[in-house]
This record gives sequence, C-alpha cells and structure tokens, in this order.
Amino acid sequence: MSLLELENVTLKFGGVTAVNKVSFAVEEGEVFALVGPNGAGKSTIFNLISRIYDPFEGDIRFDGQSILKRQPHEIAGLGIARTFQNIELFDQATVMQNLLVGRHRHRRSNMWTELAFLPSVRREEHRHREAIEKVIDFLDLQAYREKYIAGLPYGVRKVVEMGRALAIEPRLLLLDEPASGLSVEETQDVAFWVEDMKKQMGITVLMVEHDMHLVASVSDRVLALADGQMLALGSPHEVQNDPRVIEAYIGAADENEEVLA
Amino acid sequence: MRTVFKTSYDADIDLFRHRAQLGWYVLLLAIALVLPLGVSSFALGEMTNLLIWAIACMGLMVLVGQTGQASLGHAAFLAVGCYANVLLQQKLGLPFIVAFPLAGLIAGVAGAVIAMPMTRLHGVYLAIGTLAVAILTDDFIVLATPLTNGVNGLFAPDISIFGIGFNRYANPDRLYYLILAITLLVVLLYRNLQRSPLGRSFAAIRDSEISAQAMGVNVARTKAVAFGISAGITGLGGALMGHFAGIFNNETFNVIISIQLLLAIVIGGLGTIHGAFFGAGVVALLPQAISMSRDFIGQFLGGGSVAIPGLEAAVFGAILIGFILFEPMGIYGRWVKIRTYFELFPFYRKDMFRRQKSYLKTERMR
Repeated sequence: MSLLELENVTLKFGGVTAVNKVSFAVEEGEVFALVGPNGAGKSTIFNLISRIYDPFEGDIRFDGQSILKRQPHEIAGLGIARTFQNIELFDQATVMQNLLVGRHRHRRSNMWTELAFLPSVRREEHRHREAIEKVIDFLDLQAYREKYIAGLPYGVRKVVEMGRALAIEPRLLLLDEPASGLSVEETQDVAFWVEDMKKQMGITVLMVEHDMHLVASVSDRVLALADGQMLALGSPHEVQNDPRVIEAYIGAADENEEVLA
Repeated sequence: MRTVFKTSYDADIDLFRHRAQLGWYVLLLAIALVLPLGVSSFALGEMTNLLIWAIACMGLMVLVGQTGQASLGHAAFLAVGCYANVLLQQKLGLPFIVAFPLAGLIAGVAGAVIAMPMTRLHGVYLAIGTLAVAILTDDFIVLATPLTNGVNGLFAPDISIFGIGFNRYANPDRLYYLILAITLLVVLLYRNLQRSPLGRSFAAIRDSEISAQAMGVNVARTKAVAFGISAGITGLGGALMGHFAGIFNNETFNVIISIQLLLAIVIGGLGTIHGAFFGAGVVALLPQAISMSRDFIGQFLGGGSVAIPGLEAAVFGAILIGFILFEPMGIYGRWVKIRTYFELFPFYRKDMFRRQKSYLKTERMR
C-alpha cells in the first residue's frame, strides 16, 4: 500500500480546471517531485492534500484512509507536514517559538493546566525543546535560536520553515519549492537535508521544485504536470527527456522553427 | 546589553529572564505595597482604578495583542462580569469569593459562545460585528429589567471576604491591596498563557492562520478559546468596576468604554502586559489630569475652572492619532527603544525597530 494516493483528483475554479484527473501514488520512503511550468497545478495539489481545497471529484488517501473527511487542522495530526511557497512563518516570534508551534500536534496539556502552569506542563515544555534540539542540530540553526523571524534573511527563513515542518515529526513532508530564492550553496544544503530526511529519519518527501538539478539529484520519481494535466511520470531522467515535457516547457518544435534555425 | 547564557531549558520557560529582571519587579511590587502609606486616599483610589482598568486591558490584550482579533465589543463582557457578580451575590446570596470567579467564568463562556459565529469574520468586519454585540448588550440589560433593574441600575454591595469588608471610602487601602492581589493573579495567568502551547497557538493565528492550521492548530476553536479567556479576564475587570463605582446601569458599560479599552491597549503597546498597564494608566488617569489642569489653567487666567465640552474626547483622540502616527508600538514600544538606546550606546541605529516586509505572503484562502 502506498503512503499517499491521489485518485482521479479534479479541482475547478469557476471555469478553470486547475487539476484535471490527476492520479499518482507516493511510496513510503521515497522522494517524489512534482515539476511543471507555472500554473501547472503543483501548489494546488499541495493545497488539496492540506485540505485547504475540496476536490471536485476523486479521492486522496493517506496510509490507506481517505483524508477528505478530515478537517484541515487534523492533517498535521496524521503526520503530514508542509512548507509554503512564500514562507508562512510567525513573524513576531523567535525561531524557537516558531519551531515550538510545530510541536502543537504533540501537545498533551489543556487550557486549564496551562493557565495554572502545572509541573506537568513544564515537563512537556522540556520534552518539546528536547525534540526541537534535534531539528536545530540537523538544520544548523543554533545561531538563530533566539532571533526574531522579522529580522532574518530569506535563506534562513526557508530553513526555519523546513525545521518547523520537521518539528511535527511527520511521516510525509510536503516541500513547496524548498530551493526557490536560495543561492547555489544553500540549494546544495537543501539537497543534503532531503537525502538525510529520507535515509536517516525515514520521512517520505513530496516536493514541488523548479530547480531541475535539485530534482534530478534527490528525487526517486518525478511527475510532470502542465495545465493541471499529468504529462509524464518516471525517473528524473525519463521525465526530462519525455517529448511532451519538453513541449510543455519550451514549446513544440514545428517545421517553421526548424527552417529558421 | 545583557546577554543571558542559558544553561537549561528552564531559562526559557521561567517567568523572569534573569536575576536583575526579577529584582526590578520585586522593587516595583515593594513600591506598590508601600504606596498606601505615602499617598492620599484620593490618589490611592485613582491607583485602584488604574489596576482595575489594567485587568480589563489585559483581557482585551489577550484577544487583540496576542491573537490578533479586533474587538469593539468588550464593554459587553465588562457588563456581563459586573452584572453576574452582583446578581450572584444579591439574588443567590453567594459570597464575593465565589461570585467573583464565577462572574469571570460566565463572561468567559459568553465570550466563547459569541466568538463561534463572530470569528468567521476578519478585520474590520469582526470589529463591526463585535461593536454590534456591545450595543445589543446595552439593550438586553434594559430588556431584562426584572433582573437587572434596567436604566435605574443596581447597587453593588461592599466586597466582603470572610467577614472582612472592603469599601472604597471606609478602608481604601484594604480595597487597593485586594485589587492588587487580583491584578497580580491575572498577570500570572497571562504570563502562563504566553509561555504555554496555547499562547503560542494564539500568536500563530495572529501571524499566519494558514500555517497555524497546517501545524495542527484548530483555528476556529482556538479563536473561540482566545475570545473566552479574553472575555473572562475582562469580566473580572468589569466585576471590580461595579464594586468600585458602587452603582451602575446599562449606560455604565456603553460603546465608549469599548473604544476606550481598545485605545488604551493601542496607546500602551499591543501584545505586551506592560502595554496593558501603560494604557490603563492613560485611560484611568487622564480624566483626572485633564480636570486638574483645567482648574490650574482657570486659576492662572484669573477665573474659575474652564469648562470646554468634549475636551476629554478631543484629548484622547489627539493622543491616539499622535501614537498611531509617531509611535505605533505604543508607550511600551517607546520605552523599549529608549532602553535599547542606552543598552547599546553608542551603537543604536535609528531604524532598528523599523518594520519591514521583505517577502510576499501566500494569497489568503479566505
């Protein structure tokens, strides 16, 4: 059984079909990439998995169970974490506090015990911080612990957002353009981290990414989309050389162009 | 600038960041404790009033400063707290020590219930919706005349705890100490909230609802809880206002009070406990300051007191406009800047606290 299955998922905004009968399955322990030109429906698929949108038809299953009956906030509890294309961090809080919000799924205390701040709440806080320590170590965020997000450079914010998703301790991690706006070195870091998430932490990664070098170096399988349609599914190499994918990216090689060339 | 070298997670969790900070607050508490010895009973009454306003401001601060939800309706919760407290004592004969927390609880439940439909609204629509709640409460008090005595109002009995009476005129210092103790308790609750997962989920909703949701925060429920806690604390403030004023009716908690509360926390500095106290200081003491200066100027000009209708509202308005234009972070924000200036001297830069938006936000889903 696959970890995540999309079956014939369709989403329409008015007359626009953003996602059209898309079906794919992400196996446990693999890195799966979604690629495609702008407007292909990649982020929309993420938002469908996050339950921000309801699909028009089709089914989305996680671990064999349909998630379409789940509320959006229950998705993290299932073990699905995500990042956002345009970084959605909590700006007026420190890196530490942001990562701690990622632990919300593991909250055991309730309003009353927290208002009284019973010793059990303090113990919980210790446990959360110990869990976060691993994330901070993994992503080398030690220097930024107490810094406010509002004052951090873009690259660091990207990493913090990934850290916050890892703090959830997910089984499936959705990375929405993890390398956009990053320098070459930072992108390499992302590649290493994704490798390690897969190998050391056993996290399944589904990512949207435009940087084909990153996609080719880390992903096991790639799905190419254009205008909400599935174009090709296979290894990075196969997809990159698929004529339909090339056509979607740079247009068809018709006869006139050949004459001009 | 003091750099705290943290050697355990408790340093993150504890109420005070370091010893010196604890020292300052102990000093402040000591001053608050000896205050009745040094000032007139009039001034002590004003201080008591300030503390009551501070409780109400902290209530609203939980909602506006912590959770980022606007409310122009908090006078309603002051009223609910006040009426519940007095009615529980008068009609059911409950002692103050039971009626008072119950009043807070009733106001809190009222807040959470009202929040359920209300928090579907955002921004200015939420403000208008809550404004309607405040106006409706005024009418409900009149409609429920058999219970609330309508426009004629109710008398608040003297506070009595285990036979010890607290009266504003007979023993102002006792009342002051009682309210100081309640204020400290509310501050402790607020601090506990800030350092616990619930407080963090409030801040998460304030900064980005969409990612709070992705982190597993139930946005609708958490907003209702924020409304509930906020209304509960405000209700406690309202109960004390009732006792302090002695007599109250539907007009006591009108829309103007809602607006004053909101002004107070904006002027004080959004999102901080300090801001609630600074703002309470402005709102509670300004009317007295204005009337005093009016007398003074009147004497100076060789006449009686100068009476200018609407002066108070105008001064309030001017102060608010001044703060929004020149110090959006409020009095506490200004204090932090001054402190930072001296801590970093001579390396303070002019734009250190400038807010900047350096990246795009995800298009909001609703």
